[in-house]
Amino acid sequence: MVEIGHFALVLAFALALVQSVLPLAGARSGNARMMATGGPVAITGFVMVALAFAVLTLSYARSDFSVVNVWENSHSLKPMLYKITGTWGNHEGSMLLWVLILTFFGALVALFGANLPATLRAGVISVQGWIGAAFLLFILATSNPFTRLTPAPIEGRDLNPVLQDIGLAIHPPLLYLGYVGFSVCFSFAVAALIDGRIDAAWARWVRPWTLAAWSFLTGGIAMGSYWAYYELGWGGFWFWDPVENASFMPWLAGTALLHSAIVMEKRSALKIWTLLLAILTFSLSLLGTFLVRSGVLTSVHAFATDPSRGIFILCILTIFIGGSLALFALRAPTLTAGGIFHPVSREGALVLNNLFLTTATATVLIGTLYPLVVEALSGDKISVGAPFFNLTFGPLMVPLLALVPFGPLLAWKRGDLLAVGQRLMAAFAGALLVVLVTALFVDGASVLAALGVGLAAWLVFGALTDLALKAGVGSVPVGTMLRRLAGLPLSVFGTTLAHLGLGLTTLGVVGVLSFESENILSMRPGDTAEIAGRALRFESIDPVKGPNYTEDRATFALLDEAGQPYASVVSAKRFYPVRQMPTTEAGIRTMGFSQLYISIGDQTADGALVVRIWWKPMVTLIWLGALVMMGGGAVSLFDRRLRVGAPARRRKAASGRPGEAAA
Amino acid sequence: MTRKQKRLSVIAGAMAFLGAAVALTFYALGQKASYFYMPGDLQAATLQPGQRIRLGGLVEEGTIVRDQGTEVEFSVTDGDSSVKVHYSGILPDLFREKQGVITEGTFGPDGNFVADSVLAKHDENYMPKEVADSLKEKGVWQETTQ
Repeated sequence: MVEIGHFALVLAFALALVQSVLPLAGARSGNARMMATGGPVAITGFVMVALAFAVLTLSYARSDFSVVNVWENSHSLKPMLYKITGTWGNHEGSMLLWVLILTFFGALVALFGANLPATLRAGVISVQGWIGAAFLLFILATSNPFTRLTPAPIEGRDLNPVLQDIGLAIHPPLLYLGYVGFSVCFSFAVAALIDGRIDAAWARWVRPWTLAAWSFLTGGIAMGSYWAYYELGWGGFWFWDPVENASFMPWLAGTALLHSAIVMEKRSALKIWTLLLAILTFSLSLLGTFLVRSGVLTSVHAFATDPSRGIFILCILTIFIGGSLALFALRAPTLTAGGIFHPVSREGALVLNNLFLTTATATVLIGTLYPLVVEALSGDKISVGAPFFNLTFGPLMVPLLALVPFGPLLAWKRGDLLAVGQRLMAAFAGALLVVLVTALFVDGASVLAALGVGLAAWLVFGALTDLALKAGVGSVPVGTMLRRLAGLPLSVFGTTLAHLGLGLTTLGVVGVLSFESENILSMRPGDTAEIAGRALRFESIDPVKGPNYTEDRATFALLDEAGQPYASVVSAKRFYPVRQMPTTEAGIRTMGFSQLYISIGDQTADGALVVRIWWKPMVTLIWLGALVMMGGGAVSLFDRRLRVGAPARRRKAASGRPGEAAA
Repeated sequence: MTRKQKRLSVIAGAMAFLGAAVALTFYALGQKASYFYMPGDLQAATLQPGQRIRLGGLVEEGTIVRDQGTEVEFSVTDGDSSVKVHYSGILPDLFREKQGVITEGTFGPDGNFVADSVLAKHDENYMPKEVADSLKEKGVWQETTQ
């Protein structure tokens, strides 16, 4: 049974090798039949990897402990959901998921790429084949999930308890869809460089992939952040942990790519830069995979790791990043530069956006890798944490956020800053009002906190202003306005939603950073505590037995003014006997957009319980905002211009020059 | 302004921006990076008063003292020397005797280390990498820490 999966994986590797060579060779020599092999081979490769993945999942579902990977990470008593999600809750399985998604995107290009010029399509499929072959070899050589174990043990060693969670079931697939989705942009960039030709149509083909990958990555990062928030019991939403940074860097670069691709599509400018960003974004995804999988950096996420794997991924990393950048250096000068524009214009605003985002990416990269460099050079062990990122990333983000509302309102080619400023007056006045209200009427609001809330409001109002102006709110009759609104391209709504979501996330971050309150105390049953004006009573602590764990469950009651309980919050300390491992299950109660967060600690010598209570105002907006951003990306994706069929009219023009491409 | 001058001023602006970002980054790295020490390294280290460091090692057996409230005291050792650590709050789930931990904080005037965070990681076989490396150097590393 398991051998079928192993065999399918080897076949997939062989197919990936074919995919790497044939279509590209066909494109270079003008052989249409060789180019045509790309599609079927890519699709079959995907089917093979999917089969391997299905076999592994089935082994997990059936608790087949004769497979080392299942034995190491599963247990027969584990709930079925976590048996299945456990498939990717470990190194081997998650790498298989990575490759599954990679081949999935390759197959999508093959299926929906009929409108692409044949040489470009063949090139893209081949480059996808290179990546696939490299990672399939990595899995087969160093991380084979199908290794057998004889004699088969009766019972497994269970999955790390913090991973037995629904959040973690969704987080890695989403994250990988994002990470790996950028591989398509990378393949497009490399194929265009090999082809030596790049135009606005190229940007139109690349944008949907960028949008899709970016949306998934946004969702994946938000999901991971929420998981860490409630599962690790520290109450933080972002730790600037290397592994978090690893997913954040491609997101920042991908956001830049998303914006520069607009300029390229609409104005044919920034071609070379967009190409470079496409390469860099996926390079950062690869770097992220390396950081997470090699264990070179100390991280809360670094589970069991193995140095030989690290070196292997480092080789893949060097070949792909080095190779693509070398190709870029070789070919970029031959590409023609695009249209020119005035610094004050939509293009100028998007360039500024790119400047900020890439600089921010660079600071995160430096902060993440600096400890490695220092240790290699001097042997000193240092850590770069939140204080560093707050000092560098913060100052870069604040002006960027303040400038966001201007961008969509500026005209292409040459904009009028004064006119845009006048149109944003209402939004600015609204934000100013929010600042004043916050400063005057909210308890404990510092000037900085009020300004932060104002910045978030500015983003939200600015996004809405853009939509209102495009619909003509106030200047045309309501009927016309609604008709105009309905007639706006979906990408306009996408932009509005994404910028609105950014504002909401900002509000959530500012809310937690400035208005959070925290109380650590030791309590006995019957004791009351107060947090942010709310009274809380510790009712009892009871032992409870779960399917594969036992827990001490502490119940807290929220009291109204009369001292009567009106709601209860349960926080627990779990113990998983198989792994001899305790975990904290935070007690969370959502009220409006805010949350009450209780985590319990150890019993003190005299039997009291150490309790940590947080009041986290607006905290849920951090993730809701990210969901809104993700929605914005999805809405843009359905814009008619970006539909796969849209570039059809370009086909004739583009495919009419194969001789030139081959020359 | 001619087009060339305009272009130059845009480039100069971008360069100034990048320069500021680079300067800020290096300033922040100098100020905010915290160094890692084992108890034995502290003799040789020159620490500014109030400088944040990360202190790692094993939790010494029999040194965990839980107060009536949220205060905890324990010693971190590398086998030869040990340092007493004060901490107020909830210890991580995997905190126990002989477990590898990293604490972060500053030295108080009394020579005790006051930690504001204690890290023990989320895997039962886990040993913070810095601690594992240093213990291996000292030859007191045991493959199983259970």
